[in-house]
Amino acid sequence: MADMRVRIGGTEAWLVAVIAAICLVLSLTTDTFFTLVNAFDLLNYSAVNLIFAAGLLVVLVAGGIDISFAVGASVVQYLTAITLMQIGGGNWALGFALSIGFGAALGAINAGLIHHFRIISIVVTIATFNLFFGLLMFFTVGVSIYLLPDWMISRVVLFEHETAAGWAEITLPVAVMAGVLLATWVLLRRLSIGRQLFAMGDNPEAARRLGIHIGAMHYLAYGWLGACAGVAGLMQAHYAQEVVPNALYGRELEVLAAVVLGGARLGGGRGTLLGAVLGLALVSITQNGLNLLGVSPYAFRMIVGAIILVAISMSSESLGLLAEKGRRLRGIHRPAGDAR
Amino acid sequence: MERDEDRAGNGPGQDAYLLRMEHVSKRFGGVQALDDISFSVRPGEVLCLAGENGCGKSTLIKTVSGVHRPEPGAVIEWRGAALEDLDPARARALGIQVIWQDLALFPEMSVAENVAFERNLGRRPSLVSQSALRREAAEILQRLGVAVDLDAPVRTLSIAKRQLVAIARALVAEAALIFMDEPTASLSRAETEALIAIVRRLSAQGIAVVFVSHRLAEVLDVCSRVTVLRDGRYVGTYPTDGMTQTRLTELMTGTTFDYETHTSRAATGRPVLAVEGLTRDGEYADISFQIAPGEILGLTGRLGAGRTELALSLFGMTPPGAGTVRLDGRKLRLGSNRDAIAAGIAYVSEDRLSLGLVQDQPIEDNVVVTVLDRVRGAGGLLSPARKARVADRWIDRLRVKIGSPTDPVSTLSGGNQQRIVLAKWLATNPKLLILDAPTVGVDVGARAGIFEIVDGLAREGMAILLISDETPEVYFNADRVLHMRDGRIVEEFVPAQTDLLSMEEAVHG
Repeated sequence: MADMRVRIGGTEAWLVAVIAAICLVLSLTTDTFFTLVNAFDLLNYSAVNLIFAAGLLVVLVAGGIDISFAVGASVVQYLTAITLMQIGGGNWALGFALSIGFGAALGAINAGLIHHFRIISIVVTIATFNLFFGLLMFFTVGVSIYLLPDWMISRVVLFEHETAAGWAEITLPVAVMAGVLLATWVLLRRLSIGRQLFAMGDNPEAARRLGIHIGAMHYLAYGWLGACAGVAGLMQAHYAQEVVPNALYGRELEVLAAVVLGGARLGGGRGTLLGAVLGLALVSITQNGLNLLGVSPYAFRMIVGAIILVAISMSSESLGLLAEKGRRLRGIHRPAGDAR
Repeated sequence: MERDEDRAGNGPGQDAYLLRMEHVSKRFGGVQALDDISFSVRPGEVLCLAGENGCGKSTLIKTVSGVHRPEPGAVIEWRGAALEDLDPARARALGIQVIWQDLALFPEMSVAENVAFERNLGRRPSLVSQSALRREAAEILQRLGVAVDLDAPVRTLSIAKRQLVAIARALVAEAALIFMDEPTASLSRAETEALIAIVRRLSAQGIAVVFVSHRLAEVLDVCSRVTVLRDGRYVGTYPTDGMTQTRLTELMTGTTFDYETHTSRAATGRPVLAVEGLTRDGEYADISFQIAPGEILGLTGRLGAGRTELALSLFGMTPPGAGTVRLDGRKLRLGSNRDAIAAGIAYVSEDRLSLGLVQDQPIEDNVVVTVLDRVRGAGGLLSPARKARVADRWIDRLRVKIGSPTDPVSTLSGGNQQRIVLAKWLATNPKLLILDAPTVGVDVGARAGIFEIVDGLAREGMAILLISDETPEVYFNADRVLHMRDGRIVEEFVPAQTDLLSMEEAVHG
C-alpha cells in the first residue's frame, strides 16, 4: 500500500479512470451526452464551481478550511451590483476590480480572525458563513436584483460551432475560469510564497521555525480564496443574469467535497490543481449524466453523495491514509519529546 | 562552578569565539526554564550540550535560533559582535542552523524541496524552479557523501534518511554553527557512526556542531568539550578528555551515584503477570517474562525497540498475534483497554500531558474518570460527594500539592500532574501498573518523589512494569531490567549485580 501512495498522481490517475468509465457509460446509454453542445454546456455551467475550487484548494493546502466562501460570493455580488448601479453602470474591468476587492476583503476578515484570535478555521468560517448570510438576508430582505448593467448580463460568446445538435458555445466564464486556474497554478507551483503555503499546511511548527510569516500566509490564502469567490460570484451573476441572495448557498460543501475528492488533504500540505479539477469534473459529469438520464433531481444529491463516498474510500490514497492512521494509533514512530 | 574554558579559551589571538552567550535567562509564566546560562562555541568545534530531559537544553537552542527571546540582561555575541533582536530569519542568515529532534521537515514535499527550501523563503514572491532546487539539493547531498532519492516525499524515508535531509538543509544555508537536538535517539549503531563521520567532515570544513543530548557515550569522543545544564542552570563546561559517562551522569543529575540500587523485596510466590511468547508482527516478537507481586520490573531499550508497543498490547489497545498473557494465573483475553482495566491493569502513558489528563477539567474529575461507575450515587447519577471522597483519598495519599480539587489540572506543575495521572490509575485498584516514561517533563527534583510513591505501591504488593529509555532511571528503581531491541528481549540485568555504566553501554553503546 505504501508503494502505491508514493507514486505521484495516484489520485489523479484514479479519477481519470473513473471519469472515463462514467463518460463511457453515459455515451452508450444516452445520445445527448457525447455531443459538443453538452460538453460545452457542462463547461460553461461548471466554470463557477471550478473558480471556487481553485481558491479553496489554496486554503486547504495551507492547512485551513473555509465554509463561508460561497455565501461570501453572494455578498460580493450584491456589493458589486449596488456599487456599479450607484456609479452608473461601469464596465467589465470595474466589475472584476470590485469583485476581487470585496472578495479579498471578506477573505481577510476570516484570515484576521484565524490569525489574530487564534481560532481554528472551521469555527471562524462557520461563524462568518452565518454572519455573511444573515447580514445579506437581513439587508436585502431576500429580494433579488434583476436590474443589472447591460454589459453584465449580455452573453459573451468566445467560440461557437454549429453541430447537428445545435450551437455549441464557449462563453466568458470559461475563459475567466481558465485564467483563475492558471494564476492559481502559478501561485501554488511556481511562486515561492505558494511553496510557503504548502510548507505551512504540511508542518506549521517547522514553517514557523524557518521564519515563514504565518500571518501573511493566512491573509494570502484566505484573501486568494476570497478574490476567487468574488470572481466566481460575478461570473455566476453573469451566467444567471440576476443576483439572488441564496443562489450560492450550499455550494461550499459541494465544492469542498469535490476538492477533497481530488486528493487535497484536509490537514493541509497536499493537493493539486489537476486533482481539484478532476474531482469537480467527476461530480459535475455525474450530475449532468443523471439529468440526461431523466433521473429525478431530488435523487441527485443522494447519488452524488454516494459516489463521493465510494470514490474517496476506494482510492488508494485513502486506503493508504487509513493504514497510516492505524499505525499512528498503535503509536509507532512517535518521537520522544524533550519537555521544554 | 568550573569555568575552565573562560580561562583557557580567551588568550591573545584566541578570542575568536563563534558564539558567546552570558547571563541568558528565560521564564515561561511561573517556570524558570533558563537561569543565567553561559555557553560558547568556537569555529569548527564539535561540542556537547548535555543535561537531563527538562533541563533547558531545548529552550537554550530555541533562544540561540531566535525562536525565544531571552530575558533582558543576556549577552549574545556572534563572531565578537553583540547580537540583539535575534529572530529565526536573522539567526539563519548568520549561519545558525538547528536540526530539531522532530527534524522539522515537510513530510509531503520531496527530498529536493526540503533540502533546498531556503530558496523558497523570503517575503517577496519569486519564481522557483524545481530543476534549480534539485540541482542544489543534489550538490549538497553529494557534499555529505550520501545518496537519497531526490524526488521521494520525505514521509516515505526512514528516520535516519530524514535526518540526513535535515542536515543537508542546514548546509544549504551556508551554516557556520549547527545544533543537533538528540540526533542519535532513534538511530542504530551503524547509523550513528555514519552520522559521526558526517559531523567530522563538517568540522573539518570549519562548521561548528553542537550535539544536544543526554546520552553521550556515543558522541563523547567526537566532541572537544561538553557543557552541562541541570534544572535550567549552568553547571559548567569541561574538556571531554578523561570525561566518563559516570562523571557526566553525576554532573547532569547533581547526585553522586553512590547510593544503593533498588533492593528487591519481591515475593517469590505466584507471579502477578506472566507473559509467554507474545508476538505482534512488525512490533515485537516472542516476549516472555513474569512480574512477581511487589516487584518493579524495568523495561528499557532504544526508541523504536518496541517497548511502548508491547505496553499497549498488555493494556489491550492492540491485539497480539500470538502468545498468552496471564494475570494472577488467569489467562486474559484483552479485546480493548476496558477489558484490561477491568482485569486490573493500569497504564500511565508516555504522552500523559496530552493523553493522560484533561487539562481544563477539575483535578477531582481527572482522578475519578477511570472509576466513574464506582462514584455513582442514587439513581445511577454521579455523586459529587463520592467523587470528592475518592479524589481526596488519592490526592492525600500521593501528597499532591493542590489549591482546591476543583481547580483545573493545568494549574499544577509537571510533577504534580504526574501524580494526578498516577492517582487516576491507582483509583482503579490495579494489580499491575505500567509506567511508560514516567518522568518525561517532570522536574528533576520531583522525580524522586514519584519513585518514592512507586516504591510504596510495590511494597503493598502491586506489580510494576517501569518502561524508560533513561538507563539510570530503570537501573536505580527496578529490581530487574529487561533490555529490548528490535522487538525482542535481548538480555536481563539485575542492577544489584551489575554497574550502571555497563548497562548503559549494553543498551545505548
